[in-house]
Amino acid sequence: MSDRIRERFAALAAEGRAGLVTYLCAGDPDPETSLALIRGLPGCGVDLIEIGMPFSDPMADGPAIQAGNLRAIAGGMKLAKVLDLVRRFREEDQATPVILMGYYNPVHQMGKERFIQSAVEAGVDGLIMVDLPPEEDEEFCLPAKAAGLDFIRLATPTTDAKRLPVVLNNASGFIYYVSITGITGSAAPVADQVGEAVRRIKSSTTLPVAVGFGIRTPEQAAAIARHADAAVVGSALVDLVASNLDEAGKARPGLVETVHSLVRDLAAGVRGARA
Amino acid sequence: MSQRNSLRNMPDENGHYGIFGGRFVAETLMPLILELESAYEAAKKDEGFWKELDGWFKDYVGRPSPLYFAERLTEHFGGAKIYFKREELNHTGSHKINNTVAQVLLAKRMGKTRIIAETGAGQHGVATATVASRLGLPCIVYMGAKDIERQQPNVFRMRLLGAEVRPVTSGSHTLKDAMNEALRDWVSNVHDTFYVIGSVAGPHPYPAMVRDFQSVIGRETKQQILEKEGRLPDVLIAAVGGGSNAMGLFHPFLDDDVRLIAVEAAGDGIETGRHAAAMAAGTPGVLHGSRSYLLQDEDGQVVEPHSISAGLDYPGVGPEHSWLKEQGRLEIAPATDAETLEAFQLCGRIEGILPALECAHALAHIAKIAPTMDKDQVIVLNLSGRGDKDIFTVAEHLGVKL
Repeated sequence: MSDRIRERFAALAAEGRAGLVTYLCAGDPDPETSLALIRGLPGCGVDLIEIGMPFSDPMADGPAIQAGNLRAIAGGMKLAKVLDLVRRFREEDQATPVILMGYYNPVHQMGKERFIQSAVEAGVDGLIMVDLPPEEDEEFCLPAKAAGLDFIRLATPTTDAKRLPVVLNNASGFIYYVSITGITGSAAPVADQVGEAVRRIKSSTTLPVAVGFGIRTPEQAAAIARHADAAVVGSALVDLVASNLDEAGKARPGLVETVHSLVRDLAAGVRGARA
Repeated sequence: MSQRNSLRNMPDENGHYGIFGGRFVAETLMPLILELESAYEAAKKDEGFWKELDGWFKDYVGRPSPLYFAERLTEHFGGAKIYFKREELNHTGSHKINNTVAQVLLAKRMGKTRIIAETGAGQHGVATATVASRLGLPCIVYMGAKDIERQQPNVFRMRLLGAEVRPVTSGSHTLKDAMNEALRDWVSNVHDTFYVIGSVAGPHPYPAMVRDFQSVIGRETKQQILEKEGRLPDVLIAAVGGGSNAMGLFHPFLDDDVRLIAVEAAGDGIETGRHAAAMAAGTPGVLHGSRSYLLQDEDGQVVEPHSISAGLDYPGVGPEHSWLKEQGRLEIAPATDAETLEAFQLCGRIEGILPALECAHALAHIAKIAPTMDKDQVIVLNLSGRGDKDIFTVAEHLGVKL
């Protein structure tokens, strides 16, 4: 397991609180604004950073994140530049875990060996590859793990007791529980059901469990943080990026501060959850 | 050829055809994909399922479809004998109905109560809406907003059949985006929904399952050509977008000494970059649940294809096609929009048949090879769909106002 992810969850456990994970799409709406957004996250109380690798056809994501992906691509974002973004983030922050999330095709096109090596060198700690189920582990999960990258697996409400061991096998870093059967940014999760699912997963693994999909407000984040080791927020932030663009699609002044302000509120919600 | 060395034994147990195929989907869908796979494996071994399907094929679809000797076209080109496998005579006007009948019957067996599909030109959507209507299941068809504009008659047909056509305005508003939306719907409604995929694409088991359902085309062709000519054809030819009509024709012949030619949409010409020729000009990539040849840029972003035919306008191709191409078993040929328009008109003028623009691509390639072949040689074209749906597109390209 990556030292940064392990140490971060150990520290959260020691503090007796859940963590906040935020998702932003690399290069959305443009490379420089994106870097400023991501650099500011730890100062706003984010515990782990999830960065989306843009893809033209993000099938498991909702309209908000797809739009963010397409804005980033239109702004010239490429996979090599995503890795460069992480490298630049690492120049100023050596502690916050960075997880890259995305779909397999851009990685496949770059070449998995080259991608894995570049990701390790850039300071990436873990990967979430949405369209690589355990059935395809030999393809990419095993070489990535061998190079020291955590392979964070998604578990969902459709992952039953029979399937859970398959999902947990080769998983590392933490388990990302998808709280709804649906796409990102759709329905809100029901906290009690999430609690039950988290307990079920934790009875089968020592890995921390983060919960995401559908969490938009500090109150929702707090409700999840009572049950999970971390709450993940993505679409709400990507939506906020979208609503702070001008007619030409360029970042309006204040975009970064507006997004950071919501992140601070979310962090406060998560921190106060178990008080 | 021994069973062990047969080209017909693919995929392996994980749905791989060499490096192609597989199951590249989100975890939410995996239990569903595995459930579908076991339901299909059980149905495959159940004689009752095939008997029921045969009944539907005979009395509802209108099978077997004829194998027709295109005498005037043969005379026109002055070379090989040209036969059409008349899939356009099926109920709803294309080969798509073979697969949708079978998949919706499977959905019923699985206790699913809601049918979803995606469609490009509308043929698969119409076929799915038809069978869902016949079996009393609600049906939602995702269709790119651009395709809805250029395929109005099929959109109206689907609505008359009781289906809900949902316009897709995400991404580039075409077939690949409709497929993304259908996958999103499926993820959101996993408990009661069956996703009827219309081509030999998508995650395992779809490519193998759709191929098996469409192989009735090739099996009939084999029997019919033996009756008519006393021997197998020299060439089988079919247009390839996703590739289900081609795979259905080719598969029963994979181990035979027959040339197999897959014709891809070359659009304005492959060199212009405006085409849909995934095998001729794409590279291996992962989209919509499997690895196959894909039109993509150097960063792995999917490139929007172009073809005069909305049915071929897909950036990928079925994984088995990709594998057969790499095995050297499949010949890949291009046909441009212009060549296709010419073939479309020629067929109407001298055979009294308006072929779908999809198959007019294959006919355009026949125009290139038939004259070079001997008169005793035989070509079979899969005439997979009717051209009625395409008259508006053709009129527009010919500058005719309807």
